Amino acid sequence: MSESGLPQSRQRRDETTLWEVFVRGRRGLSHVHAGSIHAADAQMALRNARDVYTRRGEGVSIWVVPSSQITASTPDEKDPFFDPSADKVYRHPTFYTLPEEVRQM
Amino acid sequence: MIANDSAGTTDSMARALFTYTLRLGDDALILAQRLSEWASRAPEIEEDIALTNIALDLLGQARALLDYAGTLEGAGRDEDDLAYLRSEREFTNVHLVEQENGDFAHTIARQLFFSTYQLALYEELISSRDELLAGVAAKGVKEAAYHNDHATQWTIRLGDGTDESHRRMQAAVDRLWPFTAELFEADDVDRALAAQGIGVDPSTLNARWALSIAEVLSSATLTPPQTTWSSHGGRRGVHTEGFGYLLAEMQYLHRSHPDAKW
Repeated sequence: MSESGLPQSRQRRDETTLWEVFVRGRRGLSHVHAGSIHAADAQMALRNARDVYTRRGEGVSIWVVPSSQITASTPDEKDPFFDPSADKVYRHPTFYTLPEEVRQM
Repeated sequence: MIANDSAGTTDSMARALFTYTLRLGDDALILAQRLSEWASRAPEIEEDIALTNIALDLLGQARALLDYAGTLEGAGRDEDDLAYLRSEREFTNVHLVEQENGDFAHTIARQLFFSTYQLALYEELISSRDELLAGVAAKGVKEAAYHNDHATQWTIRLGDGTDESHRRMQAAVDRLWPFTAELFEADDVDRALAAQGIGVDPSTLNARWALSIAEVLSSATLTPPQTTWSSHGGRRGVHTEGFGYLLAEMQYLHRSHPDAKW
Protein backbone atom coordinates (compact mmCIF):
# COMPACT_ATOMS: atom_id res chain seq x y z
CA MET A 1 0.00 0.00 0.00
CA SER A 2 1.16 3.51 -0.75
CA GLU A 3 0.60 6.82 1.02
CA SER A 4 -2.68 7.40 -0.81
CA GLY A 5 -4.03 4.16 0.61
CA LEU A 6 -4.28 2.62 -2.84
CA PRO A 7 -2.34 -0.38 -4.11
CA GLN A 8 0.75 0.55 -6.17
CA SER A 9 -0.75 -1.09 -9.21
CA ARG A 10 -3.49 1.57 -9.36
CA GLN A 11 -1.06 4.46 -9.39
CA ARG A 12 0.48 5.79 -12.54
CA ARG A 13 4.06 6.91 -12.64
CA ASP A 14 3.25 10.02 -14.71
CA GLU A 15 1.95 13.30 -13.30
CA THR A 16 -1.76 12.62 -13.51
CA THR A 17 -3.69 12.24 -10.27
CA LEU A 18 -6.35 9.67 -9.49
CA TRP A 19 -9.79 11.15 -8.76
CA GLU A 20 -12.88 9.54 -7.29
CA VAL A 21 -16.07 10.35 -9.16
CA PHE A 22 -19.50 10.85 -7.59
CA VAL A 23 -22.54 11.22 -9.82
CA ARG A 24 -26.02 12.38 -8.88
CA GLY A 25 -28.55 10.69 -11.07
CA ARG A 26 -31.55 12.88 -10.38
CA ARG A 27 -32.52 15.92 -8.37
CA GLY A 28 -33.35 14.84 -4.85
CA LEU A 29 -30.99 11.86 -4.79
CA SER A 30 -27.50 11.99 -3.33
CA HIS A 31 -24.24 11.69 -5.22
CA VAL A 32 -23.15 8.08 -5.54
CA HIS A 33 -19.63 6.82 -6.13
CA ALA A 34 -19.33 5.86 -9.79
CA GLY A 35 -15.63 4.98 -10.11
CA SER A 36 -12.32 6.72 -10.60
CA ILE A 37 -10.47 8.47 -13.39
CA HIS A 38 -7.08 10.04 -14.04
CA ALA A 39 -6.64 13.73 -14.76
CA ALA A 40 -3.99 16.40 -14.36
CA ASP A 41 -6.22 18.83 -12.46
CA ALA A 42 -9.74 19.27 -11.07
CA GLN A 43 -11.28 20.89 -14.13
CA MET A 44 -9.97 18.16 -16.43
CA ALA A 45 -11.11 15.56 -13.92
CA LEU A 46 -14.67 16.90 -14.11
CA ARG A 47 -14.61 16.69 -17.90
CA ASN A 48 -13.10 13.21 -17.94
CA ALA A 49 -15.72 12.09 -15.44
CA ARG A 50 -18.44 13.52 -17.66
CA ASP A 51 -17.10 11.60 -20.65
CA VAL A 52 -16.54 8.33 -18.84
CA TYR A 53 -19.49 8.13 -16.44
CA THR A 54 -22.38 10.14 -17.88
CA ARG A 55 -22.44 9.02 -21.51
CA ARG A 56 -25.81 7.33 -21.18
CA GLY A 57 -27.68 10.12 -19.45
CA GLU A 58 -26.77 8.96 -15.94
CA GLY A 59 -26.18 12.31 -14.32
CA VAL A 60 -27.32 15.81 -13.51
CA SER A 61 -24.34 16.64 -11.29
CA ILE A 62 -20.77 15.38 -10.80
CA TRP A 63 -18.29 15.69 -7.92
CA VAL A 64 -14.64 14.78 -8.24
CA VAL A 65 -12.36 14.32 -5.23
CA PRO A 66 -8.63 13.54 -5.28
CA SER A 67 -8.38 9.90 -4.20
CA SER A 68 -5.55 10.84 -1.84
CA GLN A 69 -8.01 13.03 0.11
CA ILE A 70 -10.21 10.09 1.01
CA THR A 71 -9.63 8.47 4.38
CA ALA A 72 -10.84 4.92 4.28
CA SER A 73 -11.49 2.36 6.98
CA THR A 74 -9.10 -0.57 6.80
CA PRO A 75 -9.94 -4.28 6.76
CA ASP A 76 -8.22 -4.59 10.21
CA GLU A 77 -10.84 -2.32 11.69
CA LYS A 78 -13.70 -4.27 10.20
CA ASP A 79 -14.82 -6.03 13.38
CA PRO A 80 -14.87 -3.10 15.81
CA PHE A 81 -16.32 -0.86 13.12
CA PHE A 82 -19.15 -2.92 11.78
CA ASP A 83 -19.92 -5.97 13.90
CA PRO A 84 -21.57 -4.14 16.83
CA SER A 85 -24.48 -3.13 14.59
CA ALA A 86 -25.18 -6.66 13.47
CA ASP A 87 -27.48 -7.60 16.39
CA LYS A 88 -29.40 -4.34 16.63
CA VAL A 89 -32.30 -5.22 14.46
CA TYR A 90 -34.44 -2.50 16.03
CA ARG A 91 -32.40 0.06 14.12
CA HIS A 92 -33.90 -1.07 10.84
CA PRO A 93 -37.03 0.74 9.75
CA THR A 94 -39.03 -2.47 9.54
CA PHE A 95 -41.39 -2.02 12.48
CA TYR A 96 -43.76 0.38 10.81
CA THR A 97 -45.26 0.76 7.35
CA LEU A 98 -44.21 3.64 5.13
CA PRO A 99 -46.90 5.66 3.40
CA GLU A 100 -46.93 4.96 -0.32
CA GLU A 101 -46.07 8.57 -1.12
CA VAL A 102 -42.60 8.15 0.41
CA ARG A 103 -40.69 6.60 -2.44
CA GLN A 104 -37.03 7.41 -1.80
CA MET A 105 -36.12 5.77 1.51
CA MET B 1 -39.49 23.10 -47.48
CA ILE B 2 -39.52 26.79 -48.32
CA ALA B 3 -42.24 28.20 -50.57
CA ASN B 4 -41.05 30.19 -53.57
CA ASP B 5 -42.77 32.18 -56.27
CA SER B 6 -41.37 30.61 -59.45
CA ALA B 7 -40.54 27.02 -60.30
CA GLY B 8 -37.08 27.99 -61.62
CA THR B 9 -36.09 29.72 -58.38
CA THR B 10 -37.41 26.80 -56.37
CA ASP B 11 -35.24 24.45 -58.40
CA SER B 12 -32.04 26.39 -58.04
CA MET B 13 -32.72 27.03 -54.36
CA ALA B 14 -33.24 23.30 -53.81
CA ARG B 15 -29.92 22.60 -55.52
CA ALA B 16 -28.22 25.25 -53.42
CA LEU B 17 -29.73 23.82 -50.25
CA PHE B 18 -28.55 20.33 -51.25
CA THR B 19 -24.99 21.63 -51.77
CA TYR B 20 -25.07 23.59 -48.52
CA THR B 21 -26.38 20.67 -46.46
CA LEU B 22 -23.86 18.31 -48.05
CA ARG B 23 -21.00 20.63 -47.10
CA LEU B 24 -22.06 20.75 -43.44
CA GLY B 25 -22.56 17.00 -43.46
CA ASP B 26 -19.18 16.30 -45.07
CA ASP B 27 -17.32 18.48 -42.55
CA ALA B 28 -18.91 16.57 -39.67
CA LEU B 29 -18.45 13.14 -41.27
CA ILE B 30 -14.78 13.54 -42.15
CA LEU B 31 -13.83 15.00 -38.78
CA ALA B 32 -15.72 12.14 -37.08
CA GLN B 33 -13.70 9.66 -39.16
CA ARG B 34 -10.39 11.33 -38.26
CA LEU B 35 -11.25 11.44 -34.54
CA SER B 36 -12.35 7.82 -34.51
CA GLU B 37 -8.80 6.90 -35.59
CA TRP B 38 -7.84 7.73 -31.99
CA ALA B 39 -9.92 4.82 -30.64
CA SER B 40 -7.53 2.62 -28.61
CA ARG B 41 -4.60 4.98 -29.35
CA ALA B 42 -5.23 8.08 -27.21
CA PRO B 43 -2.64 9.12 -24.57
CA GLU B 44 -4.91 7.85 -21.77
CA ILE B 45 -8.15 5.91 -21.59
CA GLU B 46 -10.13 8.94 -20.38
CA GLU B 47 -9.05 10.84 -23.49
CA ASP B 48 -9.75 7.84 -25.71
CA ILE B 49 -13.37 7.99 -24.56
CA ALA B 50 -13.53 11.79 -24.82
CA LEU B 51 -12.29 11.87 -28.42
CA THR B 52 -14.54 9.05 -29.58
CA ASN B 53 -17.50 10.69 -27.79
CA ILE B 54 -16.83 13.80 -29.85
CA ALA B 55 -16.53 11.66 -32.98
CA LEU B 56 -19.93 10.13 -32.26
CA ASP B 57 -21.53 13.54 -31.75
CA LEU B 58 -20.20 14.62 -35.14
CA LEU B 59 -21.25 11.37 -36.78
CA GLY B 60 -24.79 11.91 -35.50
CA GLN B 61 -24.82 15.38 -37.05
CA ALA B 62 -23.42 13.99 -40.30
CA ARG B 63 -26.10 11.32 -40.50
CA ALA B 64 -28.95 13.80 -40.08
CA LEU B 65 -27.42 16.18 -42.61
CA LEU B 66 -26.54 13.57 -45.25
CA ASP B 67 -29.93 11.93 -44.92
CA TYR B 68 -31.54 15.33 -45.53
CA ALA B 69 -29.17 16.06 -48.43
CA GLY B 70 -30.25 12.78 -50.03
CA THR B 71 -33.90 13.77 -49.72
CA LEU B 72 -33.24 17.23 -51.15
CA GLU B 73 -31.34 15.78 -54.09
CA GLY B 74 -34.26 13.49 -54.89
CA ALA B 75 -32.07 10.97 -56.74
CA GLY B 76 -32.72 8.13 -54.32
CA ARG B 77 -29.35 8.35 -52.51
CA ASP B 78 -29.47 7.80 -48.76
CA GLU B 79 -26.93 8.73 -46.06
CA ASP B 80 -24.89 5.57 -46.66
CA ASP B 81 -24.74 6.11 -50.43
CA LEU B 82 -23.50 9.64 -49.85
CA ALA B 83 -20.94 8.63 -47.23
CA TYR B 84 -19.61 5.45 -48.78
CA LEU B 85 -20.15 5.61 -52.52
CA ARG B 86 -18.87 9.04 -53.46
CA SER B 87 -15.33 9.50 -54.73
CA GLU B 88 -12.75 11.99 -53.50
CA ARG B 89 -13.72 14.80 -55.90
CA GLU B 90 -17.36 14.58 -54.82
CA PHE B 91 -16.64 15.37 -51.15
CA THR B 92 -17.11 19.01 -50.22
CA ASN B 93 -15.56 19.20 -46.75
CA VAL B 94 -12.95 21.83 -45.87
CA HIS B 95 -9.28 20.84 -45.79
CA LEU B 96 -8.99 21.44 -42.04
CA VAL B 97 -11.13 18.43 -41.06
CA GLU B 98 -9.25 16.00 -43.30
CA GLN B 99 -5.79 16.87 -41.90
CA GLU B 100 -4.05 13.90 -40.28
CA ASN B 101 -4.30 13.53 -36.50
CA GLY B 102 -0.57 14.07 -36.00
CA ASP B 103 0.42 14.11 -32.35
CA PHE B 104 -2.18 14.90 -29.66
CA ALA B 105 -1.45 18.63 -29.91
CA HIS B 106 -2.29 18.61 -33.64
CA THR B 107 -5.61 16.92 -32.97
CA ILE B 108 -6.38 19.48 -30.26
CA ALA B 109 -5.46 22.43 -32.50
CA ARG B 110 -7.69 21.05 -35.25
CA GLN B 111 -10.48 20.60 -32.69
CA LEU B 112 -10.04 24.11 -31.34
CA PHE B 113 -10.18 25.71 -34.79
CA PHE B 114 -13.11 23.66 -36.03
CA SER B 115 -15.27 23.64 -32.90
CA THR B 116 -14.94 27.41 -32.49
CA TYR B 117 -16.18 27.80 -36.08
CA GLN B 118 -18.93 25.18 -35.73
CA LEU B 119 -20.19 26.66 -32.47
CA ALA B 120 -20.54 30.11 -34.07
CA LEU B 121 -22.17 28.55 -37.13
CA TYR B 122 -24.75 26.54 -35.19
CA GLU B 123 -25.57 29.51 -32.95
CA GLU B 124 -26.66 31.34 -36.11
CA LEU B 125 -28.19 28.36 -37.88
CA ILE B 126 -30.62 27.78 -34.99
CA SER B 127 -32.77 30.54 -36.47
CA SER B 128 -32.73 29.08 -39.99
CA ARG B 129 -36.08 29.08 -41.79
CA ASP B 130 -35.33 25.49 -42.74
CA GLU B 131 -36.75 23.31 -40.00
CA LEU B 132 -34.25 20.47 -40.32
CA LEU B 133 -31.14 22.68 -40.39
CA ALA B 134 -32.50 24.60 -37.39
CA GLY B 135 -33.07 21.29 -35.61
CA VAL B 136 -29.58 19.94 -36.31
CA ALA B 137 -28.13 23.26 -35.11
CA ALA B 138 -30.22 23.29 -31.92
CA LYS B 139 -28.96 19.84 -30.95
CA GLY B 140 -25.44 20.43 -32.31
CA VAL B 141 -24.85 23.71 -30.54
CA LYS B 142 -24.63 21.98 -27.15
CA GLU B 143 -22.30 19.36 -28.56
CA ALA B 144 -20.11 21.97 -30.26
CA ALA B 145 -19.97 23.97 -27.01
CA TYR B 146 -18.60 20.92 -25.22
CA HIS B 147 -16.14 20.12 -28.04
CA ASN B 148 -14.97 23.72 -27.86
CA ASP B 149 -14.53 23.57 -24.09
CA HIS B 150 -12.59 20.30 -24.36
CA ALA B 151 -10.22 21.74 -26.98
CA THR B 152 -9.85 25.02 -25.09
CA GLN B 153 -8.95 23.31 -21.80
CA TRP B 154 -6.32 21.18 -23.50
CA THR B 155 -4.88 24.02 -25.57
CA ILE B 156 -4.34 26.06 -22.40
CA ARG B 157 -2.81 23.16 -20.49
CA LEU B 158 -0.48 22.12 -23.28
CA GLY B 159 0.43 25.67 -24.31
CA ASP B 160 0.99 26.84 -20.74
CA GLY B 161 2.44 23.50 -19.62
CA THR B 162 5.97 22.19 -19.93
CA ASP B 163 8.55 23.40 -22.47
CA GLU B 164 7.92 20.28 -24.53
CA SER B 165 4.11 20.58 -24.51
CA HIS B 166 4.35 24.30 -25.33
CA ARG B 167 6.67 23.61 -28.26
CA ARG B 168 4.37 20.92 -29.64
CA MET B 169 1.18 22.94 -29.18
CA GLN B 170 2.73 25.95 -30.93
CA ALA B 171 3.93 23.71 -33.78
CA ALA B 172 0.41 22.31 -34.17
CA VAL B 173 -1.19 25.76 -34.23
CA ASP B 174 1.38 26.92 -36.82
CA ARG B 175 0.88 23.83 -38.99
CA LEU B 176 -2.94 24.01 -39.08
CA TRP B 177 -3.41 27.77 -39.20
CA PRO B 178 -3.31 27.98 -43.05
CA PHE B 179 -6.32 25.66 -43.18
CA THR B 180 -8.59 27.97 -41.18
CA ALA B 181 -9.21 30.66 -43.84
CA GLU B 182 -11.24 28.22 -45.93
CA LEU B 183 -13.84 27.91 -43.14
CA PHE B 184 -14.94 31.50 -43.80
CA GLU B 185 -14.95 31.47 -47.59
CA ALA B 186 -18.42 32.26 -48.97
CA ASP B 187 -19.61 31.50 -52.48
CA ASP B 188 -22.92 32.00 -54.34
CA VAL B 189 -24.53 29.05 -52.56
CA ASP B 190 -23.79 30.49 -49.12
CA ARG B 191 -24.84 34.00 -50.10
CA ALA B 192 -28.10 32.89 -51.77
CA LEU B 193 -29.16 30.80 -48.78
CA ALA B 194 -28.10 33.45 -46.27
CA ALA B 195 -30.21 36.01 -48.16
CA GLN B 196 -33.19 33.67 -47.79
CA GLY B 197 -32.63 33.24 -44.05
CA ILE B 198 -31.94 29.53 -44.60
CA GLY B 199 -28.16 29.29 -44.39
CA VAL B 200 -25.35 31.26 -42.77
CA ASP B 201 -22.77 33.24 -44.76
CA PRO B 202 -19.57 31.83 -43.21
CA SER B 203 -17.63 35.04 -43.81
CA THR B 204 -19.80 36.69 -41.16
CA LEU B 205 -18.43 34.27 -38.53
CA ASN B 206 -14.79 35.16 -39.06
CA ALA B 207 -14.54 38.08 -36.63
CA ARG B 208 -16.12 36.17 -33.75
CA TRP B 209 -13.87 33.18 -34.45
CA ALA B 210 -10.72 35.29 -34.54
CA LEU B 211 -11.60 36.96 -31.25
CA SER B 212 -12.31 33.67 -29.48
CA ILE B 213 -9.15 31.99 -30.83
CA ALA B 214 -6.99 34.99 -29.90
CA GLU B 215 -8.25 34.76 -26.31
CA VAL B 216 -7.51 31.05 -26.02
CA LEU B 217 -4.06 31.35 -27.61
CA SER B 218 -3.21 34.21 -25.28
CA SER B 219 -4.29 32.26 -22.16
CA ALA B 220 -2.22 29.36 -23.49
CA THR B 221 0.85 31.61 -23.93
CA LEU B 222 0.84 30.72 -27.65
CA THR B 223 1.63 33.10 -30.49
CA PRO B 224 -0.87 33.56 -33.35
CA PRO B 225 0.98 32.53 -36.53
CA GLN B 226 1.81 35.07 -39.21
CA THR B 227 1.18 32.82 -42.20
CA THR B 228 0.85 34.25 -45.67
CA TRP B 229 -0.56 31.26 -47.58
CA SER B 230 -3.84 29.46 -47.06
CA SER B 231 -5.33 26.25 -48.36
CA HIS B 232 -8.51 26.27 -50.45
CA GLY B 233 -10.56 24.00 -52.68
CA GLY B 234 -12.35 21.55 -50.40
CA ARG B 235 -15.79 22.96 -51.18
CA ARG B 236 -15.08 22.31 -54.89
CA GLY B 237 -13.92 18.74 -54.25
CA VAL B 238 -10.18 19.41 -54.46
CA HIS B 239 -8.52 17.77 -51.47
CA THR B 240 -5.15 17.35 -49.76
CA GLU B 241 -2.95 14.30 -50.09
CA GLY B 242 -4.09 12.36 -47.05
CA PHE B 243 -7.77 12.45 -47.97
CA GLY B 244 -7.70 9.52 -50.40
CA TYR B 245 -6.29 7.26 -47.69
CA LEU B 246 -8.99 8.37 -45.26
CA LEU B 247 -11.71 7.57 -47.80
CA ALA B 248 -10.16 4.19 -48.61
CA GLU B 249 -10.33 3.20 -44.95
CA MET B 250 -13.79 4.69 -44.38
CA GLN B 251 -15.37 3.18 -47.48
CA TYR B 252 -13.58 -0.15 -47.76
CA LEU B 253 -16.08 -2.27 -45.84
CA HIS B 254 -19.16 -0.87 -47.53
CA ARG B 255 -17.67 -1.16 -50.99
CA SER B 256 -16.41 -4.73 -50.42
CA HIS B 257 -19.62 -5.91 -48.79
CA PRO B 258 -22.41 -3.73 -50.13
CA ASP B 259 -25.26 -3.26 -47.66
CA ALA B 260 -23.46 -5.23 -44.96
CA LYS B 261 -25.40 -5.15 -41.68
CA TRP B 262 -24.29 -5.70 -38.10
